[in-house]
Amino acid sequence: MTEQTLAPALNLEERFGDWVTPDTRKGYEGYLVAPEHLTDFATALRDEFGYDYLASLTAVDYLPEGKMEVVYHVSQSTGGAPLVFKVQVPREDPVTVPSLVPVYPGAEFQEREAWDLMGIRFEGHPDLRRILMWEGFEGHPLRKDWKEAYYEADTKPFKSRWPAGQIHRVEDTLPFGKNVKYPDGFDPEKWTPVEEEALYASLKRVPSEGDLPTEQIIVNLGPQHPSTHGVFRMAVTLDGETIVDLKPVMGYLHRNHEKIGERNTYLMNIPFTDRLDYLSSLSNNFGYVLAVEKLMGIKPPERAEYIRVIMAELTRIQNHLFAIGMFLNDLGAFFTPSLYAIEERELILDTFEAVTGSRMRCNYMRFGGVARDFPPGQLERIRDLVFNRLPAKVDEFDAYLTNNEIVRARCEGVGVLTPEQAIAYSTCGPVLRASGVPYDLRRADPYSIYDRFDFDVAVRYHGDVYDRYLVRMDEIRQSIRILQQAVEQIPEGPVVTGKQQYQVRVPAGEAYGRVEGPKGELGFYVVSNGKPNPWRYHVRAPSFINLTALAEMCKGNKIADAVIILGSIDIVLGETDR
Amino acid sequence: MSESLNSPGYEIPDELQGTVAITTLDRIYNWGRRNSIWPMMFGLACCAIEMICTAASRYDLARFGMEVMRPSPRQTDLMIVSGTVTKKMVPQIVRLYNQMAEPRYVLAMGACASGGGPFKEGYNVVSGIDKYIPVDVYVPGCPPTPQALLHGLIKLQEKIDKQSLKEVPWYKKAPSEPIPVPVLGPDIMDPRDYAKIREFTLQPVAPVQEEELSA
Ligand code: SF4
Repeated sequence: MTEQTLAPALNLEERFGDWVTPDTRKGYEGYLVAPEHLTDFATALRDEFGYDYLASLTAVDYLPEGKMEVVYHVSQSTGGAPLVFKVQVPREDPVTVPSLVPVYPGAEFQEREAWDLMGIRFEGHPDLRRILMWEGFEGHPLRKDWKEAYYEADTKPFKSRWPAGQIHRVEDTLPFGKNVKYPDGFDPEKWTPVEEEALYASLKRVPSEGDLPTEQIIVNLGPQHPSTHGVFRMAVTLDGETIVDLKPVMGYLHRNHEKIGERNTYLMNIPFTDRLDYLSSLSNNFGYVLAVEKLMGIKPPERAEYIRVIMAELTRIQNHLFAIGMFLNDLGAFFTPSLYAIEERELILDTFEAVTGSRMRCNYMRFGGVARDFPPGQLERIRDLVFNRLPAKVDEFDAYLTNNEIVRARCEGVGVLTPEQAIAYSTCGPVLRASGVPYDLRRADPYSIYDRFDFDVAVRYHGDVYDRYLVRMDEIRQSIRILQQAVEQIPEGPVVTGKQQYQVRVPAGEAYGRVEGPKGELGFYVVSNGKPNPWRYHVRAPSFINLTALAEMCKGNKIADAVIILGSIDIVLGETDR
Repeated sequence: MSESLNSPGYEIPDELQGTVAITTLDRIYNWGRRNSIWPMMFGLACCAIEMICTAASRYDLARFGMEVMRPSPRQTDLMIVSGTVTKKMVPQIVRLYNQMAEPRYVLAMGACASGGGPFKEGYNVVSGIDKYIPVDVYVPGCPPTPQALLHGLIKLQEKIDKQSLKEVPWYKKAPSEPIPVPVLGPDIMDPRDYAKIREFTLQPVAPVQEEELSA
């Protein structure tokens, strides 16, 4: 295992000469790549060095230095630490960077996001539209000089609230009583919305084959649709019932997580991470504290490591239970399987409530440990859950569902993603593993104490909807295995290192912390400039990036299958839209 | 159930209890409505998950006659706004509200729907759905526990109990006006605000100063 965690000995300078320079800023790592060589560099990295998986792509606005930076984290799909490289361009409009979509198709949505929020034009991108905000929105909100209507100060805590204790409603100070602002000289009467047109124009329409000319129609599923798992929308071109093209439309739950996160102090962000993937708040906590701990250079005590693993694995189980229940909903088995799943989930939520004080918004992990120890008797209850209750219930699920004729008929061979496509589109988690790629960060790049446990990486090989369901079932079983070992091995001791403070000191630098969340690789990219607030805070959201492959999975299938293909990805909108 | 149906002050003989009720038109009308509220199957964010749990077996909304969740606004009585309302979503919510047949009720579930919640300052977040549509019950919490949501629904039933056929707006002669659907411009625009927007954008005023804020 240990060889895998070491970064491979790379001598990029030798291979690439003056295309690359090592990033020598204090606390930074990786390489700076000259923009004009970016595409060739990435192609060579993929083909010669095996970095075939684009994990994360984001941008940072270095306003004081007058630079914009695009940050790429790439991995090898066989495992190992990620490699980071960056491109810097002057911060003068138009900010342009070559698009990496031709090399890594998984960059598509991430580049659109960087364009939307940071205003970086990716040259050569096939469909560079806004993704989280709507077409026509004014400005690029994640830029450091962009201010929202409710702007009060650059960083929290706001002086008016603390220590002054002044309470006022911001909207009362604004002309419209709402957080809206309009550019000068704007006339609402003359405005024509452009969002929908741009979307429909981007949808492909291919001429129908055969003697019978048919007209293709565009159908919208969502954002209010009983099966889209929240406020998600798909615009679909149909030829009869067959899907010709599909574009996911998101942003209906874009809650500005990153902008708010850059205003918050480090500690304030922990409860916000709860609300990303709102089914699995503890995994989100985990990823974020790992990133900040990397920057701070601290490690939690043994007992805290075990508690974290126990909570994260329980989270995975309840997430997968819920996902399977809702997936069966999509298949038309309305609510009965969900009721079974939710019954078990409630038991796990009880554990969360007992330990953290809340069923869903746990806000439990801290830098260097966890907020508090298990209450007395809780470990016994968890033990009972993982040794007795859950294994039996998973078997029951299996008996009811796995060989059900309708489930198989509807799921087998539907929404197929080949391993090559799965890697190219940067899919992660159960979607990737169902396509036959055994890539699980708990093994591929172990964090925390996962290298101590005996478990298998769940993997299936057909890449269809049915295999994604099976991978989730397998993963529940493997999580139970990990839990059984963890509750036996957990030592006594403190649950946090050092003294807990409201204001943590985070040295300047960058860090990318990632965990294998229930939905896949959940990464947090944090840039600190030594101040109490992060300069940049980016979330690599698995649900969001998995959707890049949605169109590919749906094309050629029937419209009714789009619903279950989406269900099999298991997205949560809080994380997709952030 | 029959307590809320019988008008107080009338003796019903024991052998007729449960068979005969002496009541008013208002009472029987409200009694029927309060016990069969159909919510819209409509989830926005994290709070929706707690709403689903409330409908599931442990908390069981069916005890109140509210388990019939309908995906179509035409068939629903209650919109549970369960989560953060964003600017991008608010036109759809207003449209859904307009499509609901009267009598219709709105329950703002959670901090976000009631006032923006933790995300209030966000540039894409609407600080409370009541900026656009009228709300009947607010349920605090982030997310409200299923118990809290049930409490909110019981409060809604109490509100229904107090309504009278003589006064309810949906039996007025004229049809009720739909709420104008907001438009996505450079920022979200409420058509009711157009005149005011022009006032500000076409002759800009100085922004509110720091000192005034903390004054
Ligand atoms: S109130 Fe809290 S739980 Fe509910 S939608 Fe808002 S953030 Fe999520």
